[in-house]
Amino acid sequence: MKLSRQKLLQSDGGVSVLVVLLGFLVGTILVALVGKNPLNMYKALLQALTGYNIDNGRMNVRYIGETLNYSVPFILCGLSMGFAKRVGLFNIGGEGQYIMGMTIAQMVALLGPQVQTLHWLLAILSAIVVGALWGVLVGVLKAKYEVSEVVSTIMLNYIALYLSRIISLRMPGATTFRTANYPETAMIGNEFFTRITNFSLLNNGIFMMILAVFTYWFIMEKTSLGYGMRATGFNKEAARASGIPVVKSISISMAISGAFAGLAGGIIALGSFRHGRILSGMDNYGFDGIAVALVGNCTALGTTLAGLLFGLLKNAQPLMQSKQIPKEITFIIQGLIVIFIALRSALKLYQQYKEKKALQKEVGVR
Amino acid sequence: MSTIINMLPSVLMIVAPILITAIGGMICEKSGVVNIALEGLMAIGACTAASAHVLMEASGVNHSLSLILALLMGFVVGGLFSLVHAAAAINLNADQTISGTGINLLSVGVTIFASQILFNADRTREFRMGMQTDALGVYPTAYIAIAVVVISWFILYKIPFGMHLRACGEHPGAAESVGINVKKMRYFAVVASGVLAGLAGGCVVLTQTIQYTSNTINGRGFIALAAVSFGRWRPLGVAGAALLFGTAQAFSIIANNIPALRVLPTEIFNILPYVVTLVALVLFSGKNYAPSAAGKPYEKGAS
Repeated sequence: MKLSRQKLLQSDGGVSVLVVLLGFLVGTILVALVGKNPLNMYKALLQALTGYNIDNGRMNVRYIGETLNYSVPFILCGLSMGFAKRVGLFNIGGEGQYIMGMTIAQMVALLGPQVQTLHWLLAILSAIVVGALWGVLVGVLKAKYEVSEVVSTIMLNYIALYLSRIISLRMPGATTFRTANYPETAMIGNEFFTRITNFSLLNNGIFMMILAVFTYWFIMEKTSLGYGMRATGFNKEAARASGIPVVKSISISMAISGAFAGLAGGIIALGSFRHGRILSGMDNYGFDGIAVALVGNCTALGTTLAGLLFGLLKNAQPLMQSKQIPKEITFIIQGLIVIFIALRSALKLYQQYKEKKALQKEVGVR
Repeated sequence: MSTIINMLPSVLMIVAPILITAIGGMICEKSGVVNIALEGLMAIGACTAASAHVLMEASGVNHSLSLILALLMGFVVGGLFSLVHAAAAINLNADQTISGTGINLLSVGVTIFASQILFNADRTREFRMGMQTDALGVYPTAYIAIAVVVISWFILYKIPFGMHLRACGEHPGAAESVGINVKKMRYFAVVASGVLAGLAGGCVVLTQTIQYTSNTINGRGFIALAAVSFGRWRPLGVAGAALLFGTAQAFSIIANNIPALRVLPTEIFNILPYVVTLVALVLFSGKNYAPSAAGKPYEKGAS
């Protein structure tokens, strides 16, 4: 029993599950403390996950579709963060890369050639490319000029936000918050999904997401590029000494990282809306992606699961609100999860402390 | 020229909270702890101050007293939340960027959650009257900001305590070896950044709006973070950077009144602080002005 507990605390996946449970536990206590019934929170979560309303026994599959649809940007932004993290970079810039991808996808959707398939494909590809470029900028600043990626990405997020406004306000039919509707050819809706999920917004973006997850796994685990990156992340100097081009490694990984976030932006722009948006604030998918990657330990599978969890939480928000639970409890739970992850280092300290104690005991006995 | 003078009060109104927060962030980094939670701490301070002011107004507390108490509560609650970051970064050797991000995420939830409980809405109730300007048209927050700059400069550069604090950020091992308590110093610095960010949040909400919403802080904490880097971790530099960034923000609001500027999209002024910081970081690259131990956990006894 003791051994298995130790094993659990040493495995990354085990710690992640523990951290998520802790986050929910504290969230539940908080809800109870303010005099609401925590059970309603879980009812909302159940309904968002399975579509089954436990109160009146009705089933609505639309919720399943929406949960899946919400998790797409979370997973992609999580991959974005995770990819950079593996090289030892903390990419807070997912939000900016997401916004740039979204903006360019909107632009191509509104102005691009209205040819079946080619139109949306072009929009999505532009989103990926622009997201990648926005990421490369961070990589070059870091590798060449030693600008901390934490500071530069925060700056680039806001630059992206206002740049997006400048561009989108000049699109056809722009008002203060939206542009004209896209032509049909730019949409990535999926009639089959719409039919089986009772008109949820689930769209072809989910296929692109699955492809992205697979790509992530393949690059990381199966190519020498991924190996070099992971080596750089573990120990930059050792990687340099063993002939891995560190500067190139950093720039490429930021490009790929940005590409994932850009794709997320493209999918949201074309899949969840019929018109371009003029952002007045951030969508926060990029920021939440940080949490998703951290919970998922930056692995393909872990990030996917964590993204699904976050999509579930987001979809459950309106349901919670309708059950008198402030929907912000989901943000609190997410924030707590990240803080608990930061505290993970405490586990190591605890382990050291215990080893020291054990050693002292041994010495004392003899 | 007269437009610029007319602009001055609103520039000061916008600069003051950014400056107060930035000074806190600077003190924190000087001690060796990076605090990217400034944004979240400002939000928490703003929500606390707004709620306190509304509730005290409703119960008939004297207006000035209510304002002072509201600011004070923002100050205290900001400090309390920063303790989370302090404990994580100082005692538990946590990754400071992750714990800062955690607090930023948490603050979004906590502030609106509290509003939902207190006021049954996703924002605090509107208060009747915020801070009033003095005879010169300047809000008291500007004087608070100036005081914070002077005091921080005095503490950091004129008394031994400040020198000790800076030593903890440059070379904690050396500091420890001459008997400075690195952990205590860093705790002081992190809490200082928390209380100042909380106070600044209160200043924002009581001068610039009539209630707290999820959009009240809107990146001001991140601008403050930029001001710390751009100001090269010196009180006067940070003050200059905050002034520059605040002026740019003010321009985005008042550019409509100046014909020559009306042709530009107002977003240009919003972008300015961030672009200037990025360019500056590139230009200054190679010369490292940041405290050398900033962001690294310090373990006593480890080499």
